[in-house]
Amino acid sequence: MLTSHWPKLLMLIALGMSILLPVVVGLGEALRAAFGILPALGRHSFSVDAWQQLWQLPGLISSLRLTLFSGFAATIMALALAIFGSSWVYNISPKLFFLDKLKPLMQFIMVPVLAAPHAAIAIGLAFLIAPSGWLARWLSPWLTNWTLPPDWATVQDLWGLSLTLGLVIKELPFLWLVCLVALKQINVSKQMSLAQSMGYSHSLAWRKIIIPQLYPLIRLPVMVVLVYALSTVDMAQILGPNNPPTLALVALRLYTDANVQMLLPASAAAISLAMLMVMSILLWEMSVRGLMLVNKVSIRSGERASKWTLLGTILTTALPISFLLGLLSLLVLAIWSITWRWSFPEAWPTSWSFDYWLQLLTEWPLALKHSLITALMSSGLALMLTVIWLEVQDRFGGHVYRATLWLIYLPLLVPQIAFLYGLKVSFLRLGLSGGIGTVIWAHLLFVFPYVMLSLVDSWRALDQRYLSVAASLGSSSWTCLWRIKLRLLLRPLLIAWAIGMAVSISQYLPTLLIGAGRVESLTTEAVSLASGADRRLVGVYGLLQALVPLLAYSFALLLPRWFALKHMK
Amino acid sequence: MSLELSKFSVISHQGHTIFTPVDLVIAKGEVACVMGPSGVGKSTLLNAIGGHLGSDFRVAGKLVLNAQEVTHMRVAERHIGILFQDPLLFPHLTVGDNLAFGLKAKVGDAKQRRILVEQALDQAQLTDFYHRHPQTLSGGQQSRVALMRALLAQPQALLLDEPFSKLDLDLRHTMREFLFDQARLRLIPVLLATHEPADAHAANGPLVILKPGSSHAL
Repeated sequence: MLTSHWPKLLMLIALGMSILLPVVVGLGEALRAAFGILPALGRHSFSVDAWQQLWQLPGLISSLRLTLFSGFAATIMALALAIFGSSWVYNISPKLFFLDKLKPLMQFIMVPVLAAPHAAIAIGLAFLIAPSGWLARWLSPWLTNWTLPPDWATVQDLWGLSLTLGLVIKELPFLWLVCLVALKQINVSKQMSLAQSMGYSHSLAWRKIIIPQLYPLIRLPVMVVLVYALSTVDMAQILGPNNPPTLALVALRLYTDANVQMLLPASAAAISLAMLMVMSILLWEMSVRGLMLVNKVSIRSGERASKWTLLGTILTTALPISFLLGLLSLLVLAIWSITWRWSFPEAWPTSWSFDYWLQLLTEWPLALKHSLITALMSSGLALMLTVIWLEVQDRFGGHVYRATLWLIYLPLLVPQIAFLYGLKVSFLRLGLSGGIGTVIWAHLLFVFPYVMLSLVDSWRALDQRYLSVAASLGSSSWTCLWRIKLRLLLRPLLIAWAIGMAVSISQYLPTLLIGAGRVESLTTEAVSLASGADRRLVGVYGLLQALVPLLAYSFALLLPRWFALKHMK
Repeated sequence: MSLELSKFSVISHQGHTIFTPVDLVIAKGEVACVMGPSGVGKSTLLNAIGGHLGSDFRVAGKLVLNAQEVTHMRVAERHIGILFQDPLLFPHLTVGDNLAFGLKAKVGDAKQRRILVEQALDQAQLTDFYHRHPQTLSGGQQSRVALMRALLAQPQALLLDEPFSKLDLDLRHTMREFLFDQARLRLIPVLLATHEPADAHAANGPLVILKPGSSHAL
């Protein structure tokens, strides 16, 4: 029996080497540099100068406040809306305006925003809500009397409200889908019937019975969103305030400063962000525990009357708006990408042009090629690794090491900026630098957990009796894998792959840092163009960024149907 | 107290009548049974009485509870308890908190409420189970907790959807006796959906044999 542990142990070691090691080494490099040790710059002795330099930066306290506010506010709002939206899907909350008609199509209309990279949504939102944005154009001049864009900071505002809004819009569909998948594991309708038969209102039964069962199932994705919201670089660059920016952006600016000595305070900023993350996760979990306790006390009181109608009203209004803003952000990208002339108060472009698209299609810029190669390679590899990992567990005992799950998700729970620069330094030392191969590998760190996350439940839910039948008919375990498991799981496999594509396309920092600025991708181009003047070009790159994952999703959703149709004939 | 059904039936959104209309009066403390082949709509009938039907269905006829018509009333206001095949104890709450969830809000302060829950546990022969988690209980024990939870909400009628079908024979007998005793003690009208003649015999109350409805009535 002991021998059957070896394959699992080997896998564990392989995972540790490929996931834990890079994160630890990257963090270690940053930590050393934060305390004055960076041999490449001839620094060999311990010092706390870097920290002093960091603390003396003007506006650092504002940066911290901004980071915490936008991160927590966005996560809380996105989660509240996602849970509320799920209760609406289960016919528990009241009507949601135009969304009610779309309810049966919900899982399809979530896809565009779900698949679109963060940067694309951020750019689209900026085009929407900027003083010269689409919304202002719709309302001008008939309502506002504006013939020129007003001098307002609706984007990159000092409080980070537009950044928060962007994060909410982008994370809402992800958390919503995660909730809906998790709720399938809970007998929602019967438990709701029971609670109501005991005199509880819809919303109270949902809050007291369903949410406490739901949360433990979605804890990990919620953590991932919290970490992302606190440490995003690309969204903060587009939507967040410039001076002072969020802490992650402070770190990136110091890392990319012309003065290489700034690498030391940059590392201190990166380590601060990592520590901030640990404290934030603890604070979040403690608050959740607290809320659960309050819930338990209220259950003991047996209170049946529903309160909090104000919260209900807010959610009822905010959900359709967030949803609409997400779709409009993508739409405005599409419009700008085929615009020729669009002067300010006009609601629509006055002349159109496909020139940028034609140019793109004839030239096939490097950014597009890199993005496609990286996405195809990293998602393909991630899918292969996931299948191998799950199959090894199937064959050599069903017992799952719980720690392995956390190990796989580790890269998503540590701020990217905190370990990617350190990792780059280690790569340099090994003589690996700036090639597309290392970029693919860096993407894999983030693509693999998402592919695993999306496939693991369907894989385990596969009816084991099919396999028993096949085995009893004399099939080898390889035949079982190839002809039964992979065929039956075609749809979830393709969806996992599409998610991998989307995750890879959306990566900004891994491409920027590990590629050492030499591997441009759609996302790095879009982000760097976003601050520029030509909205048409930004529109093309932003939309293209969103289109590639969308095509992957469509392929994943349509291919199994096409197979099914073919077999019916 | 009584539960009265007159020409009570359920119609699907295509206009099909699920079962032939039911006329039935259940007096207080009486246990009525509804029987019929599987798939005929016993659960649908119970769900319709409790108000748990989805929006794909509508109810025809009249449902009167204690001289008040409740046919179209919201579930939470009907005060009609229901027990399903599975006990469905909330897995995130202890046995005691499951019962506390059922206990009426207006009853007593925290201390009194605790005492009432302990008493309910005693009645179900589950003394000292307050802090246990539902998953650690046997099937029969879970069923008894589910029943006590429903009763603590002080329902004016109780619906039982084959609640014994997953219990073995011995247990089914004791559970049935326990349930009927509780209903008679509290003077609650009970409607039991079952396919076991023994259940109907033990209930010793009115009996409805459900027949499939005409597929294009109305």
